[in-house]
Amino acid sequence: MRRKAELVRRTIVIGTSVAAIVAVVIVAATFAGSSKKSTPGVTLTLYSGQHPETVAALAAAFTKQTGINVSVRSADEGVLAAQIIQEGSHSPADIFMTENSPPLEALQQRGLLAQVDASTLARTSAAYSSPQRDWEGVSARVSTMVYNTADLKPSQLPRSVLELANPKWNGKLALAPGETDFQPIVTAVAAKYGQARAVAWLKGIRANASNHLYPDNEALVAQVNSGQVALGVINHYYWFRLRDEIGASNIHSAEKLFAPRDPGYVIDVAGAGLLASSSHKPDAQKFLAFLVSRAGQEIIAHDESYEYPLGSGVVTAKPLLPFSSLKPDPITVAQLGDGALAISLLREASLL
Amino acid sequence: MSLTPSSALSPARGSVFATALRRRFPAPGLLLVGAVVAALVLLPLVFLILEAFQVGWGTLRPLLFRHLTETLLWNTIRLASVVTLVCAVLGVAVAWCVERTDLPCRRFWATLLVLPLAIPDFVIGYGWISVAPTVQGYWGSVLVMSLGSYPLVYLPVAAALRSADRSLEDVARGLGLGRARTFVRVTLHQIRPALLGGSMLVALILLAEFGTFEILRFQTFTTQIYTEFQIGYSATAGCALSLVLVLLGLLVLGGEAAGRGRAGAARRAAASRPAPRMKLGLATIPVALGLAALLGLAIGVPLYALGYWFLQGTSSTLPPISILRAAVDTALYSGLAAGLATIAALPIAIVVERHRSKLGLLIERSTYLVQSLPGIVVALSLVYFSVKYLPRFYLSSPELVFAYAIMFFPLALVAVRAGVAQAPPGLEEVARSLGHGQLSVLARVTLPILAPALMAGFSLVFMFASTELTATLILHPTGVETLATGFWQFTNNFAYGAAAPYALALLLVAMIPGLLLGRWFERIAGGAV
Repeated sequence: MRRKAELVRRTIVIGTSVAAIVAVVIVAATFAGSSKKSTPGVTLTLYSGQHPETVAALAAAFTKQTGINVSVRSADEGVLAAQIIQEGSHSPADIFMTENSPPLEALQQRGLLAQVDASTLARTSAAYSSPQRDWEGVSARVSTMVYNTADLKPSQLPRSVLELANPKWNGKLALAPGETDFQPIVTAVAAKYGQARAVAWLKGIRANASNHLYPDNEALVAQVNSGQVALGVINHYYWFRLRDEIGASNIHSAEKLFAPRDPGYVIDVAGAGLLASSSHKPDAQKFLAFLVSRAGQEIIAHDESYEYPLGSGVVTAKPLLPFSSLKPDPITVAQLGDGALAISLLREASLL
Repeated sequence: MSLTPSSALSPARGSVFATALRRRFPAPGLLLVGAVVAALVLLPLVFLILEAFQVGWGTLRPLLFRHLTETLLWNTIRLASVVTLVCAVLGVAVAWCVERTDLPCRRFWATLLVLPLAIPDFVIGYGWISVAPTVQGYWGSVLVMSLGSYPLVYLPVAAALRSADRSLEDVARGLGLGRARTFVRVTLHQIRPALLGGSMLVALILLAEFGTFEILRFQTFTTQIYTEFQIGYSATAGCALSLVLVLLGLLVLGGEAAGRGRAGAARRAAASRPAPRMKLGLATIPVALGLAALLGLAIGVPLYALGYWFLQGTSSTLPPISILRAAVDTALYSGLAAGLATIAALPIAIVVERHRSKLGLLIERSTYLVQSLPGIVVALSLVYFSVKYLPRFYLSSPELVFAYAIMFFPLALVAVRAGVAQAPPGLEEVARSLGHGQLSVLARVTLPILAPALMAGFSLVFMFASTELTATLILHPTGVETLATGFWQFTNNFAYGAAAPYALALLLVAMIPGLLLGRWFERIAGGAV
């Protein structure tokens, strides 16, 4: 039938024009993507969960020193780890930098990391690097209480993180249970007092914090500072960063460490690892070496991220307690693992 | 219409017969193109199902049936229903004031009232929380999402009010019905499809919204799905929760279908005539003040906060060049995605409007589901498929464009479908009978008729794509930054001052289609031909 033939023809015309336009769009998009100028030589791809400003400074200094370009993908470390696991052996990443050790351990356990050069590992703390030598410790932070200075005096603060489950903190405690920074504390409590007690403790703090559960530590510290809630547990540098942003005159909060060796007093390690699937391993090793070199560590020591440098004997230039004077819980990065235990305990206590 | 033997004998009967035939049997080619488009749009859903099958029910069960799911369900449902309701009431009220009263400076209001759509909801949230830190949690989220989303109801309802057949209202008034009863029994019925369609979009968008609730500290399925990826490093828990979100999306679609019932699109006035507008008289001042207050809350507050941070922020140390580049890249990606989505919406819109088959309708409806999926799920599904089948496509600009195009495909489809519905097919046939070829008809009749709808679809997708966050964080080509990801990185690190310029640039980029959107919508319904 001519009718039918005409319908078919019409469809083909529409179909091909749609296809043509789509093709043009995609080609145009490809050109748009490739139009950015690329300097000759190798470009390392760095997936980073670290502070973008810090990483930008480190990458720029590295490129200046070696001539090797670094292309940075910044995102949340957990999301990047999920992405790398999804990418598998096709991952475009050469290096993965994180704020905490569990995402690196997660990749290590799945065999996605390659060994770091021994000479590089020798420049940084062995206690804060991968026991399997698959990633290096770059910088560190310490967990601490933050409290509103109008609501509480230092003498009223608990000495142990366990006391936070006490009903007297009901309605006064803030918690960011989904934060990767909170899991090490959970793991440390479980390591010291057993899983059953850890879950009971989590249920207690959940009841105390039920009206003050926040998605992240940035929100938590801001809420404590503004007086919405009296105290919470964070990593030390959140408070310093808040102070830098809103100005010291707007600060109505302070930090205090838990008692020495308390499981609420843990060191969180920010590290870097080399992807097993990387096709630029020698250059990526150079970058890892740079991170823990004196030049790299000095950048961290002076950076606005307020982290403790871990390598080459460099100490922080910021007004923090000296790293050597800290008396944290003795939990190791191996015990912290990929955080799966902490997550299952948090789920059991209905915090996740 | 081409001359078939029967129509040569009896043109009138032949054309009736041919039309009937076309309605019964949609053009198979067009249907196929539509099905392919829908299949591409639904790739994320395929990923979710594959993932679910792979891990099995034994793993999914404890992840689904936990205390947290209850909380999320309660939070998500109470938020989506209340915001949708507020948007519906606000959208209709505002549309009525603009379209049916003698409000002065109508053009001015009509343009400005669309603008909240051009301000990303998370920027409205950031504005509010900086000005009033208590605006957070449930009520804060209701406030911010309502302010940012009501234009999605306002736009189609205003268009429907403009083109609805006024004679029915005249008859009702003539029969002694009061103004309020006429509105409820006649006008509301006429605008029902537009109202339901707009409300459905609001509800679906709420299901997938991430940034606003993260800023306002309200936990929904979408924020929790992100958290699951953040802490668990594997897709399983996030995918399990996403399946619940898909079910909620199906509920919304079902609700819309049930509400629409068998009623077809409202009849358009045979000949548009200048409708008599209700005289506001002394009420002009409160109405104008009310609209101004709405704009103040939706636009004024975020602009004020941005200005404040821009001037106050101590961390605005970024080189301006990076913002300019991010702005250009954002506009480019969003523009290409908007073009792609709009063009891809055309075959489905034609199938569903011109051929009205059950299959066509099913294809059309199914694509709306993607609107309820969090960006991170869409992104991870593309990671999954592209790493497996098209590694060269992975983390390329076209992939990001493709991701935006499928995420916001429903927005393009809504607009394009409205345009196709309003375009009388007879015109094309007249042109053909006058000896114009296919391409000539396409260029000289079809496209000019559809242009406003295509532009409206383009603008809608552009605005949403330019503010997209979570999919961009995963899929952006390495080294490329968009304005939304720049803003996000800095707000996440407290650097509100450094974030402000990104948000301002974002506003400028989205403002252009935002200003035009109202005009295009007006021309779809006005039947500008």
